[in-house]
Amino acid sequence: MVIKIGPSVLRARLPILMIIIILLFIVPLVAPSYQIFLLSYGLLLAITALGYNILFGQTGLLSFGHAAFFGLGAYAPAFLTHYAGIRSLEVWIISSIIFATLVAAVIGYLCVRYTKIYFGLLTLAFSMLFYALLYKFYWVTRGDDGLYVPIPSILGFSIPLSKSAYISGPLYYIIIVTSLVLFAFGWVIYNSPFGKTLQAIRENSARIEFLGIPVKRYKWYAFTLSGFFGGIAGCLFGILNGHVNPMALHWIFSGEIVFMCVLGGHRVFLGPIIGAILFTYLKTYAITLTVYWQIILGSSLIALVLLFPGGIMGWAERLMRKRSQGERKSLDVHT
Amino acid sequence: MTFILECENLKKYFGEVHAVDGADLQLRREETTSIVGPNGAGKTTLINLITGWLTPDTGKVIFDGRDITHRSPHDRVKLGVTRSFQLVNLCDGLSVLDNIRVAILARRRLAGIFFSLVDRYGYVSDEAFQLLKQLGLEDHANELATTLPHGDKKLLDVGLALATQPKLLLLDEPTSGVSTREKSGVMDIIVSVVRDRKVTTLMIEHDVDLAFSYGTNVIVMSQGTVIATGKPGEVRKIPEVVALGYGE
Repeated sequence: MVIKIGPSVLRARLPILMIIIILLFIVPLVAPSYQIFLLSYGLLLAITALGYNILFGQTGLLSFGHAAFFGLGAYAPAFLTHYAGIRSLEVWIISSIIFATLVAAVIGYLCVRYTKIYFGLLTLAFSMLFYALLYKFYWVTRGDDGLYVPIPSILGFSIPLSKSAYISGPLYYIIIVTSLVLFAFGWVIYNSPFGKTLQAIRENSARIEFLGIPVKRYKWYAFTLSGFFGGIAGCLFGILNGHVNPMALHWIFSGEIVFMCVLGGHRVFLGPIIGAILFTYLKTYAITLTVYWQIILGSSLIALVLLFPGGIMGWAERLMRKRSQGERKSLDVHT
Repeated sequence: MTFILECENLKKYFGEVHAVDGADLQLRREETTSIVGPNGAGKTTLINLITGWLTPDTGKVIFDGRDITHRSPHDRVKLGVTRSFQLVNLCDGLSVLDNIRVAILARRRLAGIFFSLVDRYGYVSDEAFQLLKQLGLEDHANELATTLPHGDKKLLDVGLALATQPKLLLLDEPTSGVSTREKSGVMDIIVSVVRDRKVTTLMIEHDVDLAFSYGTNVIVMSQGTVIATGKPGEVRKIPEVVALGYGE
Protein backbone atom coordinates (compact mmCIF):
# COMPACT_ATOMS: atom_id res chain seq x y z
CA MET A 1 0.00 0.00 0.00
CA VAL A 2 1.31 3.41 -0.94
CA ILE A 3 -0.34 6.55 0.31
CA LYS A 4 0.14 9.56 -1.92
CA ILE A 5 -0.36 12.62 0.20
CA GLY A 6 1.07 15.55 -1.75
CA PRO A 7 -0.23 15.19 -5.31
CA SER A 8 -3.72 13.99 -4.34
CA VAL A 9 -4.21 17.03 -2.11
CA LEU A 10 -3.13 19.18 -5.03
CA ARG A 11 -5.51 17.44 -7.42
CA ALA A 12 -8.44 17.93 -5.06
CA ARG A 13 -7.74 21.65 -4.85
CA LEU A 14 -6.87 22.15 -8.51
CA PRO A 15 -10.20 23.88 -9.38
CA ILE A 16 -9.74 26.46 -6.59
CA LEU A 17 -6.15 26.96 -7.66
CA MET A 18 -7.18 27.54 -11.29
CA ILE A 19 -9.83 30.10 -10.25
CA ILE A 20 -7.29 32.01 -8.16
CA ILE A 21 -4.77 32.02 -11.03
CA ILE A 22 -7.40 33.26 -13.51
CA LEU A 23 -8.52 35.95 -11.05
CA LEU A 24 -4.90 37.06 -10.61
CA PHE A 25 -4.53 37.41 -14.37
CA ILE A 26 -7.65 39.57 -14.82
CA VAL A 27 -6.89 41.90 -11.90
CA PRO A 28 -5.23 44.60 -14.09
CA LEU A 29 -8.34 44.81 -16.27
CA VAL A 30 -10.57 45.81 -13.37
CA ALA A 31 -8.49 47.14 -10.48
CA PRO A 32 -7.06 50.65 -10.04
CA SER A 33 -3.29 50.91 -10.40
CA TYR A 34 -2.73 51.48 -6.69
CA GLN A 35 -4.40 48.13 -5.92
CA ILE A 36 -2.25 46.42 -8.53
CA PHE A 37 0.84 47.92 -6.94
CA LEU A 38 -0.27 46.70 -3.54
CA LEU A 39 -0.99 43.18 -4.76
CA SER A 40 2.37 43.06 -6.57
CA TYR A 41 4.12 44.15 -3.42
CA GLY A 42 2.23 41.51 -1.41
CA LEU A 43 3.24 38.79 -3.87
CA LEU A 44 6.92 39.78 -3.69
CA LEU A 45 6.77 39.65 0.09
CA ALA A 46 5.07 36.26 -0.26
CA ILE A 47 8.03 34.97 -2.31
CA THR A 48 10.41 36.31 0.33
CA ALA A 49 8.46 34.84 3.25
CA LEU A 50 8.07 31.50 1.47
CA GLY A 51 11.83 31.31 0.92
CA TYR A 52 12.52 32.41 4.46
CA ASN A 53 10.18 29.75 5.76
CA ILE A 54 12.37 27.01 4.25
CA LEU A 55 14.78 28.07 6.95
CA PHE A 56 12.36 29.09 9.71
CA GLY A 57 9.29 26.88 9.46
CA GLN A 58 10.84 23.83 7.86
CA THR A 59 14.33 23.66 9.37
CA GLY A 60 13.46 25.42 12.62
CA LEU A 61 16.15 28.11 12.38
CA LEU A 62 14.97 31.56 13.44
CA SER A 63 16.99 34.08 11.44
CA PHE A 64 16.66 37.81 12.05
CA GLY A 65 18.62 38.84 9.02
CA HIS A 66 16.66 37.69 6.02
CA ALA A 67 16.05 41.25 4.80
CA ALA A 68 19.73 41.30 3.74
CA PHE A 69 19.10 38.99 0.79
CA PHE A 70 15.96 40.83 -0.26
CA GLY A 71 17.80 44.14 0.02
CA LEU A 72 20.91 42.98 -1.85
CA GLY A 73 18.64 41.55 -4.55
CA ALA A 74 17.05 45.00 -4.82
CA TYR A 75 20.37 46.83 -4.92
CA ALA A 76 21.77 44.69 -7.76
CA PRO A 77 19.68 46.40 -10.51
CA ALA A 78 20.38 49.82 -9.00
CA PHE A 79 24.15 49.25 -9.06
CA LEU A 80 24.03 47.79 -12.58
CA THR A 81 22.11 50.83 -13.80
CA HIS A 82 24.36 53.40 -12.13
CA TYR A 83 27.74 51.84 -12.61
CA ALA A 84 27.42 49.70 -15.74
CA GLY A 85 24.52 51.29 -17.56
CA ILE A 86 22.85 47.90 -17.87
CA ARG A 87 19.07 48.14 -18.02
CA SER A 88 18.12 44.64 -19.00
CA LEU A 89 15.57 42.73 -16.91
CA GLU A 90 17.19 39.35 -17.62
CA VAL A 91 20.66 40.52 -16.55
CA TRP A 92 19.18 42.17 -13.46
CA ILE A 93 17.31 39.07 -12.32
CA ILE A 94 20.28 36.78 -12.90
CA SER A 95 22.62 39.19 -11.11
CA SER A 96 20.26 39.53 -8.16
CA ILE A 97 20.00 35.76 -7.89
CA ILE A 98 23.76 35.26 -8.03
CA PHE A 99 24.46 38.15 -5.65
CA ALA A 100 21.88 37.21 -3.01
CA THR A 101 22.51 33.47 -3.23
CA LEU A 102 26.27 33.85 -2.97
CA VAL A 103 26.04 36.15 0.02
CA ALA A 104 23.52 33.78 1.62
CA ALA A 105 25.89 30.87 1.01
CA VAL A 106 28.78 32.67 2.71
CA ILE A 107 26.76 34.01 5.66
CA GLY A 108 24.92 30.72 6.00
CA TYR A 109 28.16 28.75 6.05
CA LEU A 110 29.26 30.74 9.09
CA CYS A 111 25.87 30.90 10.84
CA VAL A 112 24.81 27.23 10.74
CA ARG A 113 27.68 26.41 13.08
CA TYR A 114 25.56 27.97 15.79
CA THR A 115 22.07 27.17 17.00
CA LYS A 116 19.13 28.94 18.61
CA ILE A 117 19.72 32.49 19.86
CA TYR A 118 23.36 32.55 18.72
CA PHE A 119 22.28 31.70 15.22
CA GLY A 120 19.59 34.40 15.29
CA LEU A 121 21.92 37.09 16.60
CA LEU A 122 24.64 36.23 14.10
CA THR A 123 22.21 36.56 11.17
CA LEU A 124 21.02 39.86 12.65
CA ALA A 125 24.59 41.10 12.90
CA PHE A 126 25.45 40.15 9.32
CA SER A 127 22.35 41.80 7.89
CA MET A 128 23.00 44.99 9.87
CA LEU A 129 26.58 44.93 8.62
CA PHE A 130 25.32 45.10 5.04
CA TYR A 131 22.80 47.75 6.08
CA ALA A 132 25.58 49.84 7.60
CA LEU A 133 27.78 49.45 4.51
CA LEU A 134 25.01 50.67 2.22
CA TYR A 135 24.09 53.44 4.62
CA LYS A 136 27.58 54.77 5.27
CA PHE A 137 29.33 54.50 1.89
CA TYR A 138 27.46 57.51 0.61
CA TRP A 139 29.69 58.13 -2.42
CA VAL A 140 28.94 54.64 -3.75
CA THR A 141 25.44 53.93 -2.49
CA ARG A 142 24.05 57.45 -1.93
CA GLY A 143 23.35 56.41 1.68
CA ASP A 144 19.80 56.73 2.89
CA ASP A 145 18.82 58.72 -0.22
CA GLY A 146 19.06 55.38 -1.97
CA LEU A 147 19.33 54.72 -5.69
CA TYR A 148 16.86 55.11 -8.51
CA VAL A 149 15.81 52.03 -10.51
CA PRO A 150 14.48 52.71 -14.03
CA ILE A 151 12.14 50.61 -16.16
CA PRO A 152 14.28 47.81 -17.63
CA SER A 153 14.20 46.49 -21.17
CA ILE A 154 12.93 42.97 -21.78
CA LEU A 155 14.94 40.78 -24.19
CA GLY A 156 16.48 43.92 -25.62
CA PHE A 157 13.19 45.73 -26.25
CA SER A 158 12.74 48.90 -24.25
CA ILE A 159 9.25 49.53 -22.95
CA PRO A 160 7.80 52.94 -23.83
CA LEU A 161 5.26 53.11 -21.03
CA SER A 162 4.64 55.47 -18.15
CA LYS A 163 5.66 54.12 -14.77
CA SER A 164 2.09 53.45 -13.65
CA ALA A 165 1.14 51.78 -16.96
CA TYR A 166 4.28 49.65 -16.66
CA ILE A 167 3.44 48.60 -13.12
CA SER A 168 -0.15 47.66 -13.85
CA GLY A 169 0.78 46.04 -17.17
CA PRO A 170 3.98 44.15 -17.99
CA LEU A 171 5.53 44.26 -14.53
CA TYR A 172 2.40 42.90 -12.89
CA TYR A 173 2.39 39.91 -15.23
CA ILE A 174 6.10 39.33 -14.70
CA ILE A 175 5.50 39.30 -10.96
CA ILE A 176 2.49 36.98 -11.23
CA VAL A 177 4.36 34.46 -13.38
CA THR A 178 7.48 34.61 -11.20
CA SER A 179 5.40 34.18 -8.05
CA LEU A 180 3.50 31.21 -9.41
CA VAL A 181 6.69 29.52 -10.61
CA LEU A 182 8.41 30.11 -7.28
CA PHE A 183 5.36 29.05 -5.26
CA ALA A 184 5.32 25.81 -7.25
CA PHE A 185 9.05 25.38 -6.67
CA GLY A 186 8.54 26.04 -2.97
CA TRP A 187 5.76 23.47 -2.86
CA VAL A 188 7.97 20.87 -4.52
CA ILE A 189 10.76 21.61 -2.03
CA TYR A 190 8.29 21.33 0.86
CA ASN A 191 7.20 17.88 -0.31
CA SER A 192 10.59 16.67 -1.56
CA PRO A 193 12.95 14.25 0.19
CA PHE A 194 15.06 17.31 1.05
CA GLY A 195 12.05 19.10 2.56
CA LYS A 196 11.13 16.06 4.64
CA THR A 197 14.70 15.83 5.87
CA LEU A 198 14.67 19.52 6.85
CA GLN A 199 11.43 19.01 8.77
CA ALA A 200 13.00 16.05 10.53
CA ILE A 201 16.02 18.20 11.43
CA ARG A 202 13.62 20.77 12.90
CA GLU A 203 11.97 18.09 15.01
CA ASN A 204 15.07 16.30 16.29
CA SER A 205 18.40 17.26 14.78
CA ALA A 206 20.42 15.03 17.13
CA ARG A 207 18.54 11.90 16.14
CA ILE A 208 18.75 12.78 12.45
CA GLU A 209 22.52 13.11 12.70
CA PHE A 210 22.53 9.52 13.92
CA LEU A 211 20.54 8.38 10.93
CA GLY A 212 23.51 9.44 8.82
CA ILE A 213 22.46 12.99 7.75
CA PRO A 214 25.12 15.72 7.93
CA VAL A 215 22.79 18.18 9.69
CA LYS A 216 24.94 21.31 9.40
CA ARG A 217 25.36 20.90 5.66
CA TYR A 218 21.61 20.54 5.20
CA LYS A 219 20.98 23.67 7.26
CA TRP A 220 23.44 25.46 5.02
CA TYR A 221 21.59 24.32 1.88
CA ALA A 222 18.33 25.59 3.40
CA PHE A 223 19.93 28.94 4.22
CA THR A 224 21.26 29.34 0.68
CA LEU A 225 17.93 28.40 -0.90
CA SER A 226 16.11 30.95 1.23
CA GLY A 227 18.56 33.60 0.04
CA PHE A 228 17.81 32.65 -3.56
CA PHE A 229 14.08 33.35 -3.09
CA GLY A 230 14.85 36.63 -1.33
CA GLY A 231 17.15 37.74 -4.16
CA ILE A 232 14.55 37.33 -6.90
CA ALA A 233 11.83 39.03 -4.85
CA GLY A 234 14.21 41.88 -4.00
CA CYS A 235 15.13 42.43 -7.66
CA LEU A 236 11.48 42.76 -8.70
CA PHE A 237 10.78 44.94 -5.68
CA GLY A 238 13.50 47.36 -6.79
CA ILE A 239 11.83 47.66 -10.18
CA LEU A 240 8.33 47.94 -8.71
CA ASN A 241 9.36 50.57 -6.19
CA GLY A 242 11.56 52.41 -8.70
CA HIS A 243 13.94 53.18 -5.89
CA VAL A 244 15.93 51.31 -3.25
CA ASN A 245 17.31 52.46 0.07
CA PRO A 246 19.07 50.70 2.96
CA MET A 247 15.81 50.26 4.89
CA ALA A 248 15.19 47.20 2.69
CA LEU A 249 17.99 45.49 4.63
CA HIS A 250 17.07 46.74 8.08
CA TRP A 251 16.34 44.28 10.86
CA ILE A 252 12.86 45.76 11.22
CA PHE A 253 12.06 44.34 7.82
CA SER A 254 13.65 41.01 8.83
CA GLY A 255 11.32 41.02 11.80
CA GLU A 256 8.36 41.72 9.54
CA ILE A 257 9.25 38.66 7.46
CA VAL A 258 9.18 36.55 10.62
CA PHE A 259 5.85 38.15 11.51
CA MET A 260 4.38 37.21 8.11
CA CYS A 261 5.34 33.56 8.61
CA VAL A 262 3.89 33.43 12.12
CA LEU A 263 0.75 35.26 11.00
CA GLY A 264 0.07 32.81 8.20
CA GLY A 265 1.39 29.75 10.02
CA HIS A 266 5.01 28.76 9.64
CA ARG A 267 4.40 25.02 9.83
CA VAL A 268 2.08 25.03 6.82
CA PHE A 269 3.20 25.45 3.22
CA LEU A 270 0.65 28.17 2.39
CA GLY A 271 1.22 29.97 5.70
CA PRO A 272 3.94 32.43 4.65
CA ILE A 273 2.17 33.25 1.37
CA ILE A 274 -1.16 34.03 3.06
CA GLY A 275 0.67 35.76 5.92
CA ALA A 276 2.69 38.03 3.62
CA ILE A 277 -0.29 39.14 1.56
CA LEU A 278 -2.42 39.70 4.64
CA PHE A 279 0.43 41.62 6.27
CA THR A 280 0.73 43.90 3.25
CA TYR A 281 -2.93 44.91 3.44
CA LEU A 282 -2.97 45.03 7.23
CA LYS A 283 0.01 47.37 7.34
CA THR A 284 -1.16 49.55 4.45
CA TYR A 285 -4.62 50.10 5.88
CA ALA A 286 -3.40 50.40 9.46
CA ILE A 287 -1.12 53.24 8.32
CA THR A 288 -4.00 55.06 6.61
CA LEU A 289 -6.22 54.60 9.66
CA THR A 290 -3.88 55.90 12.33
CA VAL A 291 -0.36 57.13 12.91
CA TYR A 292 -0.19 54.57 15.70
CA TRP A 293 -0.37 51.74 13.18
CA GLN A 294 2.32 49.77 14.98
CA ILE A 295 -0.12 49.34 17.85
CA ILE A 296 -2.55 47.57 15.52
CA LEU A 297 0.19 45.27 14.21
CA GLY A 298 1.60 44.67 17.66
CA SER A 299 -1.69 43.83 19.30
CA SER A 300 -2.65 41.57 16.40
CA LEU A 301 0.65 39.72 16.90
CA ILE A 302 -0.08 39.27 20.62
CA ALA A 303 -3.61 38.06 19.88
CA LEU A 304 -2.24 35.72 17.24
CA VAL A 305 0.38 34.10 19.44
CA LEU A 306 -2.06 33.67 22.31
CA LEU A 307 -5.12 32.54 20.35
CA PHE A 308 -3.77 30.97 17.14
CA PRO A 309 -0.24 29.79 17.86
CA GLY A 310 -0.23 27.84 14.59
CA GLY A 311 -1.09 30.95 12.56
CA ILE A 312 -4.10 31.34 10.30
CA MET A 313 -3.33 28.41 8.02
CA GLY A 314 -2.25 26.24 10.95
CA TRP A 315 -5.60 26.92 12.56
CA ALA A 316 -7.46 26.19 9.32
CA GLU A 317 -5.54 22.95 8.84
CA ARG A 318 -6.37 21.81 12.36
CA LEU A 319 -10.05 22.54 11.78
CA MET A 320 -9.99 20.49 8.60
CA ARG A 321 -8.16 17.60 10.23
CA LYS A 322 -10.67 17.59 13.08
CA ARG A 323 -13.54 17.54 10.63
CA SER A 324 -12.08 14.65 8.63
CA GLN A 325 -11.37 12.73 11.83
CA GLY A 326 -14.93 13.39 12.96
CA GLU A 327 -16.20 11.96 9.67
CA ARG A 328 -13.98 8.91 10.07
CA LYS A 329 -15.27 8.35 13.59
CA SER A 330 -18.89 8.59 12.54
CA LEU A 331 -18.13 6.08 9.75
CA ASP A 332 -16.68 3.69 12.32
CA VAL A 333 -19.89 3.92 14.32
CA HIS A 334 -22.04 3.05 11.32
CA THR A 335 -20.00 0.07 10.15
CA MET B 1 34.83 -14.50 11.22
CA THR B 2 32.59 -15.86 13.89
CA PHE B 3 32.16 -12.69 15.92
CA ILE B 4 30.52 -9.54 14.59
CA LEU B 5 31.52 -7.53 17.65
CA GLU B 6 34.41 -7.95 20.03
CA CYS B 7 35.16 -5.66 22.94
CA GLU B 8 38.54 -6.07 24.59
CA ASN B 9 39.26 -4.78 28.06
CA LEU B 10 37.12 -1.65 27.70
CA LYS B 11 37.56 0.93 30.43
CA LYS B 12 35.75 4.21 30.94
CA TYR B 13 36.22 6.19 34.13
CA PHE B 14 34.32 9.32 35.06
CA GLY B 15 36.59 10.70 37.76
CA GLU B 16 36.30 8.31 40.67
CA VAL B 17 33.47 6.38 39.07
CA HIS B 18 34.67 3.31 37.19
CA ALA B 19 31.65 3.07 34.91
CA VAL B 20 33.13 0.36 32.70
CA ASP B 21 36.15 -1.31 34.17
CA GLY B 22 37.71 -3.89 31.89
CA ALA B 23 34.74 -5.31 30.03
CA ASP B 24 35.24 -8.09 27.48
CA LEU B 25 32.51 -9.44 25.26
CA GLN B 26 31.93 -11.16 21.96
CA LEU B 27 28.74 -11.28 19.93
CA ARG B 28 28.00 -13.93 17.31
CA ARG B 29 26.19 -12.98 14.13
CA GLU B 30 22.41 -12.90 14.17
CA GLU B 31 22.10 -13.64 17.85
CA THR B 32 19.94 -11.69 20.28
CA THR B 33 21.80 -10.96 23.47
CA SER B 34 20.46 -9.34 26.62
CA ILE B 35 22.59 -7.42 29.08
CA VAL B 36 21.38 -7.43 32.67
CA GLY B 37 22.90 -6.03 35.79
CA PRO B 38 22.08 -3.76 38.71
CA ASN B 39 21.93 0.05 38.31
CA GLY B 40 25.41 1.46 37.81
CA ALA B 41 26.78 -1.81 36.42
CA GLY B 42 27.91 0.08 33.29
CA LYS B 43 25.37 -1.23 30.79
CA THR B 44 24.47 2.08 29.15
CA THR B 45 28.10 3.25 29.20
CA LEU B 46 29.06 0.06 27.40
CA ILE B 47 26.50 0.76 24.67
CA ASN B 48 27.74 4.35 24.45
CA LEU B 49 31.26 3.04 23.91
CA ILE B 50 30.16 0.62 21.20
CA THR B 51 28.10 3.24 19.33
CA GLY B 52 30.67 6.01 19.66
CA TRP B 53 28.85 8.40 21.98
CA LEU B 54 31.83 7.96 24.27
CA THR B 55 35.38 6.86 23.57
CA PRO B 56 36.96 4.39 25.99
CA ASP B 57 39.99 5.29 28.12
CA THR B 58 41.56 1.99 27.11
CA GLY B 59 40.50 -1.07 25.18
CA LYS B 60 39.21 -1.81 21.71
CA VAL B 61 35.90 -2.09 19.93
CA ILE B 62 36.16 -4.37 16.91
CA PHE B 63 33.20 -4.52 14.56
CA ASP B 64 33.21 -6.89 11.61
CA GLY B 65 36.96 -7.35 11.97
CA ARG B 66 37.56 -3.59 11.90
CA ASP B 67 38.78 -1.51 14.80
CA ILE B 68 36.12 1.20 15.27
CA THR B 69 37.20 2.37 18.73
CA HIS B 70 37.77 5.93 17.57
CA ARG B 71 35.25 6.22 14.73
CA SER B 72 32.49 8.88 14.96
CA PRO B 73 28.91 7.74 15.68
CA HIS B 74 28.05 8.93 12.19
CA ASP B 75 30.67 6.66 10.61
CA ARG B 76 29.54 3.70 12.67
CA VAL B 77 25.96 4.13 11.39
CA LYS B 78 27.33 3.84 7.87
CA LEU B 79 29.28 0.72 8.80
CA GLY B 80 26.13 -0.79 10.28
CA VAL B 81 26.07 -0.03 13.99
CA THR B 82 22.86 1.71 15.08
CA ARG B 83 21.12 2.21 18.39
CA SER B 84 17.78 3.10 19.86
CA PHE B 85 17.39 5.20 22.95
CA GLN B 86 16.24 4.65 26.49
CA LEU B 87 14.12 7.78 26.30
CA VAL B 88 11.91 7.99 23.22
CA ASN B 89 13.75 10.01 20.59
CA LEU B 90 11.59 10.68 17.53
CA CYS B 91 10.58 13.46 15.17
CA ASP B 92 7.38 14.20 17.08
CA GLY B 93 5.87 16.65 14.63
CA LEU B 94 6.22 14.35 11.61
CA SER B 95 3.95 11.49 10.70
CA VAL B 96 4.92 7.95 11.66
CA LEU B 97 5.48 7.17 7.98
CA ASP B 98 7.71 10.22 7.48
CA ASN B 99 9.84 9.32 10.50
CA ILE B 100 10.71 6.02 8.84
CA ARG B 101 10.94 7.52 5.36
CA VAL B 102 13.51 10.09 6.45
CA ALA B 103 15.72 7.30 7.78
CA ILE B 104 15.36 5.34 4.54
CA LEU B 105 16.00 8.44 2.39
CA ALA B 106 19.17 9.07 4.38
CA ARG B 107 20.38 5.51 3.90
CA ARG B 108 19.60 5.50 0.17
CA ARG B 109 21.31 8.87 -0.26
CA LEU B 110 18.13 10.52 -1.55
CA ALA B 111 17.78 13.05 1.27
CA GLY B 112 19.27 15.93 -0.71
CA ILE B 113 16.82 15.80 -3.63
CA PHE B 114 14.71 18.97 -3.66
CA PHE B 115 13.31 19.06 -7.18
CA SER B 116 11.09 16.01 -6.98
CA LEU B 117 8.29 14.94 -4.65
CA VAL B 118 9.02 12.42 -1.92
CA ASP B 119 5.89 10.49 -2.90
CA ARG B 120 7.45 9.78 -6.30
CA TYR B 121 9.85 7.44 -4.55
CA GLY B 122 7.31 4.66 -4.22
CA TYR B 123 9.95 2.12 -3.26
CA VAL B 124 10.89 4.24 -0.23
CA SER B 125 7.27 4.36 0.92
CA ASP B 126 6.88 0.63 0.22
CA GLU B 127 9.95 -0.18 2.28
CA ALA B 128 8.68 2.07 5.07
CA PHE B 129 5.27 0.41 5.03
CA GLN B 130 6.80 -3.03 5.11
CA LEU B 131 8.76 -2.09 8.21
CA LEU B 132 5.72 -0.43 9.81
CA LYS B 133 3.69 -3.55 9.11
CA GLN B 134 6.29 -5.72 10.83
CA LEU B 135 6.14 -3.39 13.81
CA GLY B 136 2.35 -3.39 13.75
CA LEU B 137 2.23 0.36 13.19
CA GLU B 138 0.87 0.51 9.65
CA ASP B 139 -2.55 1.73 10.78
CA HIS B 140 -0.88 4.73 12.41
CA ALA B 141 1.22 5.62 9.35
CA ASN B 142 -0.35 9.04 8.79
CA GLU B 143 -0.67 10.04 12.42
CA LEU B 144 1.83 12.35 14.05
CA ALA B 145 4.46 10.43 16.00
CA THR B 146 3.64 12.44 19.11
CA THR B 147 0.09 11.07 19.23
CA LEU B 148 1.21 7.40 19.47
CA PRO B 149 0.79 5.52 22.75
CA HIS B 150 4.06 5.02 24.59
CA GLY B 151 4.62 1.39 23.62
CA ASP B 152 4.18 2.25 19.94
CA LYS B 153 6.63 5.13 20.29
CA LYS B 154 9.23 2.69 21.60
CA LEU B 155 8.55 0.44 18.61
CA LEU B 156 8.87 3.36 16.20
CA ASP B 157 12.16 4.31 17.83
CA VAL B 158 13.46 0.79 17.15
CA GLY B 159 11.96 1.09 13.66
CA LEU B 160 13.98 4.25 12.96
CA ALA B 161 17.14 2.38 13.91
CA LEU B 162 16.13 -0.62 11.78
CA ALA B 163 15.44 1.59 8.76
CA THR B 164 19.16 2.32 8.54
CA GLN B 165 19.57 -1.45 7.92
CA PRO B 166 22.09 -2.06 10.66
CA LYS B 167 24.14 -5.23 11.01
CA LEU B 168 24.36 -4.63 14.74
CA LEU B 169 21.53 -3.03 16.67
CA LEU B 170 21.93 -1.82 20.22
CA LEU B 171 18.73 -1.31 22.17
CA ASP B 172 18.92 0.67 25.38
CA GLU B 173 15.93 -0.55 27.38
CA PRO B 174 13.44 -1.00 24.56
CA THR B 175 10.60 -1.43 27.08
CA SER B 176 11.45 1.34 29.54
CA GLY B 177 8.32 3.21 30.54
CA VAL B 178 6.07 0.56 29.02
CA SER B 179 3.57 -0.92 31.47
CA THR B 180 4.40 -4.42 32.74
CA ARG B 181 1.32 -5.79 31.02
CA GLU B 182 2.44 -4.54 27.60
CA LYS B 183 6.16 -5.24 27.92
CA SER B 184 6.16 -8.74 26.50
CA GLY B 185 3.98 -7.61 23.58
CA VAL B 186 6.55 -4.96 22.65
CA MET B 187 9.42 -7.43 23.09
CA ASP B 188 7.67 -10.09 20.99
CA ILE B 189 7.46 -7.66 18.08
CA ILE B 190 11.02 -6.34 18.41
CA VAL B 191 12.58 -9.79 18.70
CA SER B 192 10.60 -11.21 15.79
CA VAL B 193 11.54 -8.25 13.55
CA VAL B 194 15.27 -8.36 14.33
CA ARG B 195 15.33 -12.15 13.84
CA ASP B 196 13.43 -11.83 10.59
CA ARG B 197 15.90 -9.21 9.39
CA LYS B 198 18.86 -11.21 10.72
CA VAL B 199 20.14 -8.26 12.74
CA THR B 200 22.55 -9.03 15.55
CA THR B 201 21.03 -7.40 18.60
CA LEU B 202 22.38 -6.39 21.97
CA MET B 203 19.78 -5.06 24.36
CA ILE B 204 19.75 -3.72 27.86
CA GLU B 205 16.71 -4.96 29.71
CA HIS B 206 15.84 -4.08 33.27
CA ASP B 207 13.16 -6.70 33.63
CA VAL B 208 15.27 -9.79 34.38
CA ASP B 209 12.60 -12.30 33.40
CA LEU B 210 12.14 -10.60 30.04
CA ALA B 211 15.91 -10.45 29.51
CA PHE B 212 16.34 -14.16 30.19
CA SER B 213 13.35 -15.23 28.14
CA TYR B 214 14.03 -13.09 25.02
CA GLY B 215 17.82 -13.30 24.82
CA THR B 216 19.39 -16.29 23.12
CA ASN B 217 22.43 -15.25 25.15
CA VAL B 218 22.70 -13.28 28.33
CA ILE B 219 25.51 -11.08 29.55
CA VAL B 220 25.52 -10.24 33.24
CA MET B 221 27.37 -7.08 34.25
CA SER B 222 28.29 -5.86 37.68
CA GLN B 223 30.54 -2.97 38.72
CA GLY B 224 31.80 -2.28 35.23
CA THR B 225 32.78 -5.81 34.26
CA VAL B 226 31.15 -8.77 32.60
CA ILE B 227 30.75 -11.43 35.28
CA ALA B 228 28.95 -14.07 33.24
CA THR B 229 27.91 -14.81 29.67
CA GLY B 230 26.13 -17.76 28.13
CA LYS B 231 22.77 -19.36 27.52
CA PRO B 232 20.06 -18.03 29.85
CA GLY B 233 19.53 -21.38 31.60
CA GLU B 234 23.23 -21.86 32.35
CA VAL B 235 23.89 -18.29 33.43
CA ARG B 236 21.10 -18.41 35.98
CA LYS B 237 22.89 -21.22 37.82
CA ILE B 238 26.22 -19.39 38.26
CA PRO B 239 26.68 -18.46 41.94
CA GLU B 240 27.76 -14.83 41.26
CA VAL B 241 24.63 -14.32 39.20
CA VAL B 242 22.45 -15.92 41.83
CA ALA B 243 24.09 -13.60 44.36
CA LEU B 244 22.77 -10.60 42.39
CA GLY B 245 19.29 -12.01 42.78
CA TYR B 246 18.99 -13.26 39.16
CA GLY B 247 18.75 -16.96 40.03
CA GLU B 248 15.75 -19.03 39.05
